[in-house]
Amino acid sequence: MKYLMEILPGILTGLQSTLGVFFITLLGSIPLGILVSVGMKSPYFTIRWLINGYIWIMRGTPLLLQLIFIYYGLSMIGINFPRFEAAVLAFVVNYAAYLAEIFRGGLQSIPKGQYDAAKVLGFSRSQTFFKIVLPQVIKIIMPSFGNEVINLVKDTSLVYVIGLGDILRAGSIAASRDVTLIPYLVVGILYLIMTAAVTVSLRRSEKRLSIWR
Amino acid sequence: MLEIKGLTKKYGQNVIFKDLDLTLNNGEVLSVIGPSGIGKTTLIKIMTGLETANSGQVFIDGEEFGIGDGRLNAKIGIIFQDFNLFPNYTVLDNITLAPVNVNKLSKKAAKQEAIELLDTLGMKDKEILYPYQLSGGQKQRVAIARALAMHPNIIAYDEPTSGLDEHSTRQVAAVIKQLKSSGVTQLVITHDQYFAELISDRIFDFAQEVQR
Ligand SMILES: Nc1ncnc2c1ncn2[C@@H]1O[C@H](COP(=O)(O)OP(=O)(O)OP(=O)(O)O)[C@@H](O)[C@H]1O
Ligand SMILES: [Mg+2]
Repeated sequence: MKYLMEILPGILTGLQSTLGVFFITLLGSIPLGILVSVGMKSPYFTIRWLINGYIWIMRGTPLLLQLIFIYYGLSMIGINFPRFEAAVLAFVVNYAAYLAEIFRGGLQSIPKGQYDAAKVLGFSRSQTFFKIVLPQVIKIIMPSFGNEVINLVKDTSLVYVIGLGDILRAGSIAASRDVTLIPYLVVGILYLIMTAAVTVSLRRSEKRLSIWR
Repeated sequence: MLEIKGLTKKYGQNVIFKDLDLTLNNGEVLSVIGPSGIGKTTLIKIMTGLETANSGQVFIDGEEFGIGDGRLNAKIGIIFQDFNLFPNYTVLDNITLAPVNVNKLSKKAAKQEAIELLDTLGMKDKEILYPYQLSGGQKQRVAIARALAMHPNIIAYDEPTSGLDEHSTRQVAAVIKQLKSSGVTQLVITHDQYFAELISDRIFDFAQEVQR
């Protein structure tokens, strides 16, 4: 117990970075992902081509590598980000690509009749998207979106590669200093608590969305 | 009055119809009949601006509209074959969404009108349900109310009786007659010759009147 108290402050500091990366990534990648998925249907070939390239790179290479490129790679050509900003940037662009694919699938499953009905009733394109299409897409993609959010909780641990002090790093510092596995155990429990919290809130939103079909 | 003149529609090389003329007088119920695949749905899609055409003119009360003109949306309401209600909104919100967001009517006024429409269509107390909780005939009446709430000059139905039993079919006929008596101009696409004779002032037989 006493030992716990000793290592906890370090781990909790790490928790701040972990949660910071998690929430900012969510807030950034959702709108960016929506934008990208809409862009995939752009009438302009160049835009579609650029977006496909972006998604190919983001999904075709490990996030770990992307972190390294954004932090170390960009600094070699004179673009320097602090660790936290670099981590968040890498996570947002990476997760936006995955989310965009999920949104695209959702968008495709909206029947054309919904757009026809909206058009005949005189809705503008943005009204149609935000009031009619998007709520239906959200409901459809909720399960796969939930998976991505859970993955994100665990993926935040990858930031160790650029030396950002998240909980896993805090735990492993304590573990190697004191030659014990207890810090790892604590870190594992914290991840479980975070994923449980995410699962509960996802279930709640699924439930709220289940009042219509 | 709706007049369609010289309407030609092709999908690629496939001529759906050629030089089609059709007139719909105010307050009239016109049925458009014809076998499957002949182009009836295509015709009302063009009329409502959802589909383009190769040539032709549309006049509403003498005013000319280009084919695919967005303003046609406001002039002609449509009841789709599969209704296309918005599943994420209640019956009430399905009806009030466009009046509030497009016509900028107050929520209160829109709600009041929607409730009145539902009442006249025999759908009292159904306003809090979601579309999945309705029967086919009920969905259709919501679709009718949704179209009427935008006060179009004309209402067009695509196969309003397909998938309905005899009882519901008679109810649809009653609704169409009721709207006719309050002066609504209606165009009804149907396979059903008997239904067409029951409801309409005039029948437009696609198979006979249309060149291909
Ligand atoms: N988007 C499209 N591209 C190519 N051909 C089409 C398209 N939509 C319809 N068609 C063709 O146009 C013709 C008319 O179709 P339409 O849906 O208007 O028929 P319909 O008279 O409404 O038939 P039904 O009574 O079965 O509903 C059909 O032969 C159909 O194959
Ligand atoms: Mg049809």
